[in-house]
Amino acid sequence: MTIRINKVAKGTGLKAIVEEMSGVSLDACYQCRKCSAGCPVAGPAKSAPSEIIRRLHLGAGDELLENGLVWMCLSCETCYGRCPMQINFAAVIDALRSLALARGSKVPEGNMPLFNRMFLANVRVFGRSYDLSMIAGYKLGSGSLMSDTEKFPTMLKKGKMAILPPSGADKKAVRRIFEKAMPGKGKKQ
Amino acid sequence: MKYAYYPGCSSHSTARDMHESAIAVACKLGIELVEIEGWSCCGATAAHQTDRILAASLPAANMLLAKQMGLDTVVTCAACYNRMKVTNHEVSSSPAMRARVADVVGQPYDGSVAVRHLVEVLLEDVGIEKLRKSFTHTLGGLKVAAYYGCLLVRPHDVTHFDDAENPTILDRLVDAMGGQSVDWPGKVDCCGGGLNLTRTEVVVKLSGSVLDMAVASGAGCITVACPMCQASLDLRQKDMQKQTGRRYEMPIVYITQLLGLCLGIPPKELGLNRLMVSPAGVLQSLALKA
Repeated sequence: MTIRINKVAKGTGLKAIVEEMSGVSLDACYQCRKCSAGCPVAGPAKSAPSEIIRRLHLGAGDELLENGLVWMCLSCETCYGRCPMQINFAAVIDALRSLALARGSKVPEGNMPLFNRMFLANVRVFGRSYDLSMIAGYKLGSGSLMSDTEKFPTMLKKGKMAILPPSGADKKAVRRIFEKAMPGKGKKQ
Repeated sequence: MKYAYYPGCSSHSTARDMHESAIAVACKLGIELVEIEGWSCCGATAAHQTDRILAASLPAANMLLAKQMGLDTVVTCAACYNRMKVTNHEVSSSPAMRARVADVVGQPYDGSVAVRHLVEVLLEDVGIEKLRKSFTHTLGGLKVAAYYGCLLVRPHDVTHFDDAENPTILDRLVDAMGGQSVDWPGKVDCCGGGLNLTRTEVVVKLSGSVLDMAVASGAGCITVACPMCQASLDLRQKDMQKQTGRRYEMPIVYITQLLGLCLGIPPKELGLNRLMVSPAGVLQSLALKA
């Protein structure tokens, strides 16, 4: 495909900061596209790993943070596993996600950032994941109240969904980690 | 054989059957699993999609607890396994990461705690021969598709689990149990698990494709070692039917559930009653060892 880069990219090019955040150099990519051939979501995301790398090479700015692959990537790491130059593209996507959060980029369909916030908020409080509370929080926040509801009674009956919150974790140690790793983000989570 | 056991959050929720069967099988084989006291969440996908330091610090805190026990860490969840292995790789290869993680966790961690999946312990420490001798039942020739998914095998230079494109650990266990591991192309494909709540239609498509390949190979069940794979494939068969019009009745069983059956452990103790798709076909194949 032909990649067209908007000459007036939003902000400065992202390549340097993405490389710094991920610890991955993108210079060795020669567009063999094995990553894209193996990517399970290149279709629905309407983009592919090698395309993201090329866009970064060509000076893409903040508009790249709204690319469909950023939040649809499953971190399956097939791209990294098959790269002849061992470029860890999964780490590149993680860096783009962190940047998208920091710069307030448009929330993607399905709202993965909300899901992650709900997941981490529960870990922060209980020291472990609390599925029921996390799912409720995500459903309320995203408005997807009715999806999958037919599955919950069976899951509860079969003991596949814990009703009570988890206990036993060293909550103090976990809270310290959140406060130190993401200072200032705690209360809002 | 004694190990520090990290159950992971799903062991008390969506994957209680994985936890129950792992404990039952370990007990039967004389493997001592000592639960890490005070263990906490590894951070899973949510942490590494949010912040790299957070994602390394959560597993590091747990491995520091295991280090005090002086034992190798054994995990049953493929996601926890992956996060711990990635953390070990990051802190041991980057002094800067090591320093950041030490500051966040409050003590230094050098990435030296060995992390192993229970199936690696079964194959490498217990061994196929001892397993064979311990079996009271066989799978009676049942055709089984061994499904590995992503998190055990990738990235291979970090997890070092078997083979990246054609792993055979689960296949070898199936064959040792008197089952027939099928040759099929889906074993390291992604089930889509990470998008289960947010983009369900993608999960239905990817898991449906895995299921279709298993059906085409003639498998009577799929065996897994990852709670996300189990949930996607087991929970979403009715959704797949709505999308493709094909009817699916494929039992999705943990490898430890199959092993437990062959060790003569009652199905209920292995959590087989918790599966969405009935494992009746698997139970019918089960035969007393000659």
